This record gives sequence, C-alpha cells and structure tokens, in this order.
Amino acid sequence: MPRFVRYLAPLVAFIALAGLLYKGLSLDPRHLPSPLIDKPAPAFSLPLLQQPETLISNADFKGQVTLFNVWATWCVACRQEHPLLMQLAKQGVPIYGLNYKDKRDDAKRWLQMYGNPYLANAFDAEGRTGIDWGVYGTPETFVVDKQGIIRFKHIGPLTNDSIKRDILPLLKQLQESDG
Amino acid sequence: MKHFRFLVLAILLAGYASAMAVGLEVFDFSGNVDEHRYKHLIAELRCLVCQNQSLADSDAGLAHDLRREVWELMDQGKSDAQVTEYLVARYGDFVLYNPPVKPSTYILWYGPFALLAIGLLVLIHTLRRRSRQTESGFSAEEQERLQKILGTEKPDRD
Repeated sequence: MPRFVRYLAPLVAFIALAGLLYKGLSLDPRHLPSPLIDKPAPAFSLPLLQQPETLISNADFKGQVTLFNVWATWCVACRQEHPLLMQLAKQGVPIYGLNYKDKRDDAKRWLQMYGNPYLANAFDAEGRTGIDWGVYGTPETFVVDKQGIIRFKHIGPLTNDSIKRDILPLLKQLQESDG
Repeated sequence: MKHFRFLVLAILLAGYASAMAVGLEVFDFSGNVDEHRYKHLIAELRCLVCQNQSLADSDAGLAHDLRREVWELMDQGKSDAQVTEYLVARYGDFVLYNPPVKPSTYILWYGPFALLAIGLLVLIHTLRRRSRQTESGFSAEEQERLQKILGTEKPDRD
C-alpha cells in the first residue's frame, strides 16, 4: 500500500464520519416518515363538530383534492398555524378538519373567535381516528387526492415556506391529474 | 450530613412517586389479557411523543391512548405480532424498539459486525506484517552478512 494512502485513509474516514454526523444535526427527529403515504385514507365515521347528530366520513371528501388538518384548541402551534389555514381557505383550497381530543364547546368558540377555514370538522373526542391516521403531534396536515389516497403529510404547524414549497405545487399537480 | 440524608431520601421518594404516576389507567387483567404479556409488549413499543420512552414509561396523552388500544386489541384475542402490526401500519417501524431486519435497517443490524470484521482484518494484517519482519528489520541476506561480520548466531534484540 503506498504510504500516502495509509496516511490519508484515517483523514478520509474522519471527514466521512463528520459529514454524516453533520447531516444528522440538521435532521429533525420529530419528523417521522408516515407509512400512510400513498395509501388510502383510513376510514372513519364521526359526528360533525358543529352538528353532533350528523356524521361525516372520509368518503365525503372523495372526488376533490383536499387538505385534512388535525387540530385542537389545547394545541398552541395550531393557533400559530390558523391564519395560514384561513388564507388557504380564502384561495379556495378545500380544508377538512379533525378536531382531535378536544372539548366541543372550546372548539366551536375557537372557530367563532378566529374564523373557520374548514368545510367541515370531524369531532374525534377519544382520538381513535387520530390513531388510525398515525397522528402523534398536532397540528398535522394531510393532502388527500381525488381517489382518497394520502399523498403528503406535514407534521407541525404549516408555514408560509412549507405551503409554497410543498402544499400548493402538490395540490396543483393532483388537481390537474385526472381520475 | 443529616440534611444530606434527608435530601437523598426525598429525591428517591420523588423518583418513586413519578414512577408510580405513570400508567395510571386501571385495566382489568382477569379476562383475556395476560398482564405479563401486556406489560412486556408495551415496554417494547416506543412512545412517539417523548421519543426516548417506551409506551410503558410515558405519561403523554398519546401513550395513554395507545396503551388503551393495545389492551383492547389483546382483549379481542390479537397476538403480540398482530398488535405490533396494527401500530406499525399507523406509525411506522419507529414504534418498535426492536426494529425489523430489512434492507433499510441492514446497516443498523450488520454495521457493527462489519466494523468488527474490518478491525479484525486490520489486526491480522498488522500482526502478520510484524511477524514476517525479522526482529532487526534486516532481510535474510543482510542478516547472513551481519552474522558473518559479527560472528554471532543471532543478533540480540535491541
């Protein structure tokens, strides 16, 4: 083995390791890959937040590309995200909500106070539908295509960046695809 | 000293109390669900909210819900594998403290053995080279000449 190779090998190994660890620093361990991407949205049938006697199911938002937003009034980041949802709703993006482990009155008051960006809200008091959707940290936002397949999941509050970079281009692309 | 002892006792008790606070739900283990199996299973599953705790240890709301879910699935007669599958389908392999062996985890499972093998190879290589080298670092020919000059059987080690 030429001498310089022997001296360089540890350096190369060190740089490779340092690079790997540096990359690890920029990864957020809270962002877990969802096994639900490209799978049909988990079925549910829940009472509406506003009209408890009416049921809403995942079949209700088939045929259009929708956002499915999991939120709760106890979730601080949801408050932060709320104005962005209002903006999206104003742009005509259909948003359905899953009110997750919340109190009905609190949630209704929230929508009165801050505005209601949702076409409808499913009321998941016990969080079982949340579990079926793999929810572990509110807010979470799913993009569901026309066939009811989950195409994307955003964990944590939406930001202007994430909307511009991920959500809007994907919505456009899914809306243009037929079926 | 007395104060110190009291402090240690207080800390230990606090730890005990917080350990007791976790898993407050009371489940009925007189029916289908074997308590040992249940406890073993939730210790193998990872809480997604506080990521370095198992479902058994975590006091997060989601951990409570998932423990309830695990208990109910077991009550329905589901096997450990079926319960695990149920959670993996929703949350991914991340919920498992014992990740499955598959292409994306090969490096995790076999990486340490590969490193060990590399280490052994380097060790063997080094040892061989050392033993091949004569102690003085001279070639056989040079050694012969040296012996002639010095008139000894073998040069002493330095």
